[in-house]
Amino acid sequence: MILSVNHVTTYRYDAPMRFAVQSLRLFPSRFDGQRAVRWDVSVEGGLRGGSFRDGAGDKVEGWSLRGPVEEVRVLVSGEIETTDTAGVLRGHREVVNPLAYLRETDATWIDDALRDLAETASAGTTDNLDRAHRLSHAVSEAIAYVPGVTHARTTAAEALEQGEGVCQDHTHALIACARAVGMPARYVSGYLHATTDGTPHEAAHAWAEIWVGNIGWIGFDAANVCCADSNYIRLGSGLDAHEAAPIRGIAQGEGREEMEVSVALGQVQQ
Amino acid sequence: MTDYFNEMYETGKVRAPYARLENWTKCMPAELRQMKQAEAEALFRRIGITFAVYGEGGDPDRLIPFDMFPRVFAQAEWRKLEKGIKQRARALNAFLLDVYGRAEIVKAGKVPAALVYQNEAYERAVAGFTPPRGIYSHIVGIDIVRTGPDEFFVLEDNCRTPSGVSYMLENREIMMRMFPQLFRENRIEPVDGYADALRRTLASVAPAKCDREPTLAILTPGHFNSAYYEHSFLADLMGVELVEGQDLFVEGGFVWMRTTEGPKKLDVIYRRLDDAFLDPLCFRPDSMLGVPGLMDVYRSGGVTICSAPGAGVADDKAIYTYVPEMVRFYLGEEPILQNVQTWQCAKPDDLKYVLEHLAEIVVKEVHGSGGYGMLVGPKSTKEQIETFRAKIEANPDNYIAQPTLALSTTPTFVEEGIAPRHVDLRPYCLVGEKIELVPGGLTRVALKDGSLVVNSSQGGGVKDTWVLAE
Repeated sequence: MILSVNHVTTYRYDAPMRFAVQSLRLFPSRFDGQRAVRWDVSVEGGLRGGSFRDGAGDKVEGWSLRGPVEEVRVLVSGEIETTDTAGVLRGHREVVNPLAYLRETDATWIDDALRDLAETASAGTTDNLDRAHRLSHAVSEAIAYVPGVTHARTTAAEALEQGEGVCQDHTHALIACARAVGMPARYVSGYLHATTDGTPHEAAHAWAEIWVGNIGWIGFDAANVCCADSNYIRLGSGLDAHEAAPIRGIAQGEGREEMEVSVALGQVQQ
Repeated sequence: MTDYFNEMYETGKVRAPYARLENWTKCMPAELRQMKQAEAEALFRRIGITFAVYGEGGDPDRLIPFDMFPRVFAQAEWRKLEKGIKQRARALNAFLLDVYGRAEIVKAGKVPAALVYQNEAYERAVAGFTPPRGIYSHIVGIDIVRTGPDEFFVLEDNCRTPSGVSYMLENREIMMRMFPQLFRENRIEPVDGYADALRRTLASVAPAKCDREPTLAILTPGHFNSAYYEHSFLADLMGVELVEGQDLFVEGGFVWMRTTEGPKKLDVIYRRLDDAFLDPLCFRPDSMLGVPGLMDVYRSGGVTICSAPGAGVADDKAIYTYVPEMVRFYLGEEPILQNVQTWQCAKPDDLKYVLEHLAEIVVKEVHGSGGYGMLVGPKSTKEQIETFRAKIEANPDNYIAQPTLALSTTPTFVEEGIAPRHVDLRPYCLVGEKIELVPGGLTRVALKDGSLVVNSSQGGGVKDTWVLAE
């Protein structure tokens, strides 16, 4: 399937800023499940900085803007060919040892409730793949998809206690559960074309990858109770949403920031 | 009572390196000594070298006590130490290059994977990136203790930003000013080549993109930092800028320094700032001390950061146990300097031993430093031991233990005259195009009678350290 992406992120400041710097992780991962036909990333009025592929396989690019900065627009546009690999991140080059993904972060802190959920769900199975599926299922049951009740800093434990959240919360909870039973797990950010039943979905998306010993990294989307397939476009990963953020930036000055995002995904007819 | 090795007197005789010092002390009446001590203090005050002590309150500009009695090594003693220190610095760097790359030592089963990759100091952000010349730790501070004429042990390695080298230089400076005749009577190797050597080392690791004489700078967290004096002192000696994060910015894949003549491209940053604070876009987002975007420039080869982010994974107290193995694995040599036997409380058998022998051993936090959070069994009360026992039981992974070492003593000026006090040694090994070590280091002395803790934060002082020429 060939998917087209148009993604515009706009930051507006109510007072001009002196300087802005960004670190972008907005480039499609290279693995058997996806291949970029065309992909352009730019920051309007910005200067392109260093660019490299990090140890986790993500391409990162720095940008900067000289002041006065009143608005920053990050433009992504491209077409990408995707293939269903049943969630398996096959053919992805990375050097980070999976054990490095057992580390907890503030957002994925494992409290008793998360530990209970993980242990109950994985009781009676010794198979890691089975365990990962069960965890994903358990998290989707425990947290209902309800937009607007959580925020960017909600932790996995808080989302579970609330029983409601969005894809970020599902992903944090699934990562915490996986780590609780000793399985390395990470946060993946990217795009989702549509849910498998065909209903449209917020196109900027996040899901978890869990390390399953003899297979490798497998993408689990607890929000949609499925594995990442050809509807998913993978951009980058990290220990949690903050680390895996497609855009990390800072603007120096007194202005207050407002952000607006628009993402349009479509299937290109062949 | 343990017999401690006295570096000056052995079975009542003066050891050769100290031969000329005996007469020096004999010819120094108490009044002169007090006068000289006051003079030394005034000199230290005037140059402004003070050491703020974390967590103790009190005077932040407190002087670190300086003891005028030098600590002396014979040339032959030093040569062995030097070989051992350089060997260790090479092995630690080889380890860092390896664990951020192919991880052969882990694959070979010599170092447990969990210890490396689950270590807080392991930086995923730099995995797969090779810094210039493959060097991660450009200034390696190795803490060494002596227990006998020929017995030296490494207590810990410092691969990040070891501090204290300014004391090594200032102690010498002040001794030469106060006792010039001592430096005529003894042939003492100079240490003042350190600043040049540091500069050479930093310049030698400039990024490949740098096509001219590299521009260097020292990045400091600011004057609130306890080692700020040292940062400005070293910048001065090397003739490079001392900068704070706000003086720098990134653009076009390079780091720029704001100067009165406009932006100047920076090639090598000797940072005296922890990894976590270097770049809010890569590490702690709330850090105001670093430079936003610095890590993107670093990882795309636009600037060199010394020590390299992630270098801390080699000097962790749990990794320490494996350093002799690193020497064998990477260099194919036998370690010249020995480790102190270490029990890791994370291991059940070790934990059992530690809990049974708390009164005899020293227990340390894996990530602790500065002498905080440690238990010196033989010097502790029953209550202190029990409090510590509870801490270890609650979180065994956080602790390691070592036997109480019979640290050597050197004569030290105390109120009653001269008395033996325990010492350690921190030499500063520079790793760049070449591996260099100035003959000397920082000798820390436990000024309290019987104390084995030499940290300045725990009542330790410093001494000038001599290496005699042949």
